[in-house]
Amino acid sequence: MMKPENEAGLAKMVMAAKGPLAVQGGATRGLTLTGEVLSTARLSGIELYEPGALTLVARAGTPVAEIEVALAEHGQRLAFEPMDHRGVAGTDGTPTIGGVVAGNISGPRRIQAGAARDFLLGVRFVDGNGVIIRNGGRVMKNVTGYDLVKLMAGSWGTLGVLSEVAFKVLPMAETQMTVMLSGLDTDRAVRAMSSALCSPFEVSGAAYDPAGRDGNPVVMLRLEGFGGSVAYRAGKIRDLMAGQGEISQTETPAQSADIWKAVRDVKAFHNRKGDVWKLSVKPSDAPGLAKRLGASDLLFDWGGGLIWALMPEGSDLRAKAGRFDGHATLVRADKDTKARLGVFQPLSAPLEEITKGLRDRFDPRGIFNTGLMQPAAGA
Amino acid sequence: MEMPTPDPDVLAQKAQLVTRLLQVLPKQAVITDEVETRAYECDALTAYRCPPMLVVLPSSTKEVSDILAICHAMGVPVVPRGAGTSLAGGALPTADCVILGVARMNRVLETDYDNRTIRVETGRTNLSVTGAVAEQDFFYAPDPSSQLACAIAGNIAMNSGGAHCLKYGVTTNNLLGVTLVLMDGTVTEIGGGHLDSGGLDLLGLICGSEGQLGVVTEATLRILRKPEGARPVLIGFDDNEVAGACVSDIIRAGVLPVAIEFMDRPCIEATEAFAHAGYPMCEALLIVEVEGSPKEIDTQLKVIKDIARGHNPVELREAKDEEEAGRIWLGRKSAFGAMGQINDYMCLDGTIPVTALPFVLRRISEMSKEYGLDVANVFHAGDGNMHPLILFDANKPGDLEQCEAFGAEVLKLCVEVGGCLTGEHGVGVEKRDLMLHQYSAADLEAQMAIKDVFDPAWLLNPAKVFPLVISQGRRAARMAAE
Repeated sequence: MMKPENEAGLAKMVMAAKGPLAVQGGATRGLTLTGEVLSTARLSGIELYEPGALTLVARAGTPVAEIEVALAEHGQRLAFEPMDHRGVAGTDGTPTIGGVVAGNISGPRRIQAGAARDFLLGVRFVDGNGVIIRNGGRVMKNVTGYDLVKLMAGSWGTLGVLSEVAFKVLPMAETQMTVMLSGLDTDRAVRAMSSALCSPFEVSGAAYDPAGRDGNPVVMLRLEGFGGSVAYRAGKIRDLMAGQGEISQTETPAQSADIWKAVRDVKAFHNRKGDVWKLSVKPSDAPGLAKRLGASDLLFDWGGGLIWALMPEGSDLRAKAGRFDGHATLVRADKDTKARLGVFQPLSAPLEEITKGLRDRFDPRGIFNTGLMQPAAGA
Repeated sequence: MEMPTPDPDVLAQKAQLVTRLLQVLPKQAVITDEVETRAYECDALTAYRCPPMLVVLPSSTKEVSDILAICHAMGVPVVPRGAGTSLAGGALPTADCVILGVARMNRVLETDYDNRTIRVETGRTNLSVTGAVAEQDFFYAPDPSSQLACAIAGNIAMNSGGAHCLKYGVTTNNLLGVTLVLMDGTVTEIGGGHLDSGGLDLLGLICGSEGQLGVVTEATLRILRKPEGARPVLIGFDDNEVAGACVSDIIRAGVLPVAIEFMDRPCIEATEAFAHAGYPMCEALLIVEVEGSPKEIDTQLKVIKDIARGHNPVELREAKDEEEAGRIWLGRKSAFGAMGQINDYMCLDGTIPVTALPFVLRRISEMSKEYGLDVANVFHAGDGNMHPLILFDANKPGDLEQCEAFGAEVLKLCVEVGGCLTGEHGVGVEKRDLMLHQYSAADLEAQMAIKDVFDPAWLLNPAKVFPLVISQGRRAARMAAE
């Protein structure tokens, strides 16, 4: 395993590499990679944090937890609420901020605040030739040249090895509350979440657990902000939901926080047999799609726009789903299933060609995470 | 402004090109008359002008595809154009180019309130997107000052921002999908009604690529429900730097205003004379706006007013009603127009870390004395996006050049303090040659590699974004290949 201590060392190692490299941060996201491991774990530490400018710059291998602690000291947070994959992917290790960027990892607040990529202000990375490249910066508005910041977010290490990332951070909410609506089927649940998200009351989380914690399906709607405002908006949301099901709300902010941590990390699927799939869909398509999947269990987030599906091992969810506006990712399965079905949704021919072109330019020797984000061998 | 020498081979093919275009387009969509093409010789950066070889105004994605396929086959450069409101020369023609204007493609294709999206053709103006959903109390968030005129196509090309992006983000944060036509005519869909991309984030790459990677003909945009209400507060200070410090404190405090706007004395005086907004005469003025129900607004404004009081403001005025709120915004919104009444000006667009505001404002005022040109500052302070307006006299020989040199120094200063050359206007031709102050040759090579993939012959929107000296090899290769 290679563990460079600094960016220059990283560049040298990439330049000297003779074969495929498995690029990883904390290796918690459940990817199956081939090649010699190139870990960013030692490229660690916060380099700059300016609470008054809402910006944080950190080396790619910095643990997410370390960043969250530093931000919390100033009452701030990563607003996109990056999920922790360890429970659902069955991995251990330490999630890194570089991994969050590489996977564009967000959480329930993505529906309101945006994704990791929306908060990413700048990147430094080493391309396949060992050249250090910088894009973006540390300011909140920047249209100087092409946006490689977005391109690197969600590229899963296939275009370069991240060495440093810069984020916009936001103030933590003073408090939070979750309004719950029980007893709705999927159709009605998605409609209820949609009407909440179409209200002016700034719902920052809208999820639906068809099994609930006690077997009773539940819609969960989160409100965050100053105390008086949260109470006011929770009342408005309750009014809006009146007559649709049994309504309740959390008693304490901690209760509400627990609910959303469980949603964020898909706790319902931890330690359960089966493959885990993640679908990004148009929310109104979610109920119809969900019915076609034949899933053992489901969890809906992002107002229905994100479906987590627990599937019988080896089953081809994409075949069951058919064509839809969105994409499906295989998050947890054995190596053979991943190889057979492909982790990522196949792209249209023109996009596949562009993707191949970009990889050929950024990694001409084809050494970064070979096979990942490429058409499955069996396809 | 140096532009590449027109390609004589391309100019020689004009007649043949027109014939081929008329096979796929109706007659009124092809403009060859020199008087009419002159209307396209510049965008809102009027200091630089060059009439194009001809102009095409397609009405559908199919027509755009046909046009690009023909131009691609004949090796003709294409400059895409939305409404021509770029302040950076992003739609400046070359003499050997075809201007591809999407202004006739302005339909709303689908409004989907359940999923909070709208699908439009990109020639539609920014404000008319909101107009299409206002009846249901929805709006499209990015609000560049030119929103009455500017097209979504240009907003996507430049990744436009606006006054309210502190809370709602810029174009790229509100764009879910596009129909993209590649230079060879290939039509492709990226994204759609869902969130996040399936493969590489090509949508994020297209947004802000200044029309150099493809032509976006349709877009799926996020629409939001209007807040219950909004109210601005106006805070005056007798010192620029104190105003800057106040901004930083507000941001730290945990309230997230939708907008924090800043104006300095020259700007206040000019707008007051022009718009009579009732502004106090002071060194610096902040407009801070928050949203929510009346009670929520009260709570947030209390926090903001308490912070402001700690900085000894000379004026602290909260809008009592809609009318007063309108008056507070009136001055800010007419600031550019007001400055234009009294002077020629160049509008800069650098962004700096908010914490560097006091230092940068002081340096700009020192430079103003060194260059002998006045500066008025009006900008989005919450996100550090500066808009210094350098005043000059276009009729005075040497003044424009002096102004350009001053502007370049200010932008270099923005980069030095950790910021960037352009926050929302784009590079275009205007800041093209400053790119090496922000990025290394390797950084720019990586960006140019992307253009190589999307547009290998470098035909789309030539001579923008990259310094001519570093893109020369690629352009020469194209000429040699013909």
